[in-house]
Amino acid sequence: MPDVPMKATPEAATLKATQPAVPVPVDEQPDSGPAPGKPRSLWSDAWHDLRRKPSFLISAGLILLFLTIAAFPGLFTDASPRDGDLTQFYLQQPQLTHFFSPEWLGYDAQGRSIYARIIHGTRASIIIGLTVTAIVFVLGSLVGMLAGYFGGWVDTVLSRVVDTFMGIPFLLGAMVILVSFDVRGPMVISLALAVLGWTTIARVMRGSVIQVKQADYVQAARSLGAGTTRILMRHILPNAIAPVIVVAMIALGGYISAEATLSYLGIGLADPAVSWGGDINFGKDSIRVASHVLIFPSIMLSATILAFLMMGDAVRDALDPKLR
Amino acid sequence: MGRYVVRRLLQMIPVFIGATLLVFLMMYALPGDPVRALWGERSVDEAQIAAMKADLGLDLPLWHQYLNYLLGLLQGDFGTQIASGRPVIDVITSALPATLRLTALAFLITVVLGVGLGVIAGLRRGGKTDRMILFVTLLFISVPVFVIGYLYQVFFAHNLGWARPTVQDPTAWSQLILPAMVLSSLSLAYVARLTRTSVAENKRADYMRTARAKGLTGRRAVSVHLMRNSLIPVVTFLGVDIGNLMAGAIVTEGIFNVNGIGSAVYRALSYREGATVVGIVTFMILVYLVVTLLVDLLYAVLDPRIRYA
Repeated sequence: MPDVPMKATPEAATLKATQPAVPVPVDEQPDSGPAPGKPRSLWSDAWHDLRRKPSFLISAGLILLFLTIAAFPGLFTDASPRDGDLTQFYLQQPQLTHFFSPEWLGYDAQGRSIYARIIHGTRASIIIGLTVTAIVFVLGSLVGMLAGYFGGWVDTVLSRVVDTFMGIPFLLGAMVILVSFDVRGPMVISLALAVLGWTTIARVMRGSVIQVKQADYVQAARSLGAGTTRILMRHILPNAIAPVIVVAMIALGGYISAEATLSYLGIGLADPAVSWGGDINFGKDSIRVASHVLIFPSIMLSATILAFLMMGDAVRDALDPKLR
Repeated sequence: MGRYVVRRLLQMIPVFIGATLLVFLMMYALPGDPVRALWGERSVDEAQIAAMKADLGLDLPLWHQYLNYLLGLLQGDFGTQIASGRPVIDVITSALPATLRLTALAFLITVVLGVGLGVIAGLRRGGKTDRMILFVTLLFISVPVFVIGYLYQVFFAHNLGWARPTVQDPTAWSQLILPAMVLSSLSLAYVARLTRTSVAENKRADYMRTARAKGLTGRRAVSVHLMRNSLIPVVTFLGVDIGNLMAGAIVTEGIFNVNGIGSAVYRALSYREGATVVGIVTFMILVYLVVTLLVDLLYAVLDPRIRYA
């Protein structure tokens, strides 16, 4: 990515399509898993791994926290992110012992509480990240599945379309789209990112479907007379989706980063909307006298991106049978 | 090999047309009229506007404008800035050297550090070094480039005084090191992780066991057999990454005040200079396509399986 930062995640893309999991001796974990003798599915196997993984637990906890902040910012602070008091609070340094009070992380050059701003800025980032991922996931999976399953001219046409969108630099393309809008809300930004971002998912899905469709159970289903829709939905999709989910999870962090970059450049969310990228841009002007204005939104932003990346990494390792 | 090259070249044509058409539509479907904007607050003479539009070909239907643009491209004409009348290719050639130097330096850092760290981590998968490298690269990926930029600027330039906070002379390599470090940080992390995965996978391959069994030293088995096979996916990624580095230069050039392509396109975007934006983005798409083509050819040279597939 991007540019930034948005780019394909090569590592995740190397994850091979799901193979039916190797049966694990059940007697190792008598307390979990299905009945003895029945091999666990790939997902329950992965879940079994993940529950014991510190990086997964930490990232899941962080994501849960950020989702709560995004949904109910009022639980965390009473201060308004938009009220500034220039006479008293201009660039006031953080009071690091006053936990969760408006002055905890200091004030910015307009006398606004930084703590209140980073709490209220969470929602925009999370909403945009989730929306883009949802659109990209549906569109990319659909295109990738059709191209991979049908092959032939369908694949040729769809792959060229994917190549075309891939040829446009992600961040630059989003800037070109967004600059034409006078009011840029979260939905407009999400759409701009999704239009250029779906190709990564489509490629991963296509590769994954091509591997899965040669499997014996697909042949078996077809020879039993299953229709195309049934084969696609019941056999191909569940078995090909794992790498796509991993890539989508990692990409979510990338989309949040892209949104912040756009807002930082002044082409994303703008005042009165509260966004971390915009605050970082605002903080850069006072970086030498009051670095806290830049530092705290940056930490919040990076922690969010980190949480989603860590989660994606952990899930990928758990799903990849090769690493066992 | 010849057939492969021809096929790849032919595949490039629809992609180029599609991508430029998309950018063209994005830019010209915008509200706002660049010719009318030249008058600013002054009273507007409609006849003059019409004459100027006819002169620039802006009164033609959109498809005709695009066709003219494509024909111009074939003759190396990237369009003309409306306000100044300056050809866009001039803007590109005057901004390109700085960006090229910055990108080249960032690319060098990416290759050396990225591949180096990746090989070290891959050979010691699961060890302490590996986990540390994984963690550091994860940090590089999750901290956005503009944050890294300001952190480096404050730390290396203001606090330690090792570098200048902004680039005064883009021809001096020493001044470009700091921005290049910032620009390369994301790619470096990706390359390190990709190399690590690839090396760790190939380390367990049969040919590695054979190499050791026939008495090769560990060093030779790694440097000749393992590296050659592990670096194939890395080479692909590095190629695509050159395009990303050039686009990522928008942010880095802004922070360090480098007068390159990134600054030029950012300025053009904020003044809504459609012709300049389309021209520069088209140029970047061209660079991207040519680099991907070269990488695919290199890939075919490195891996005979691709050539005959």
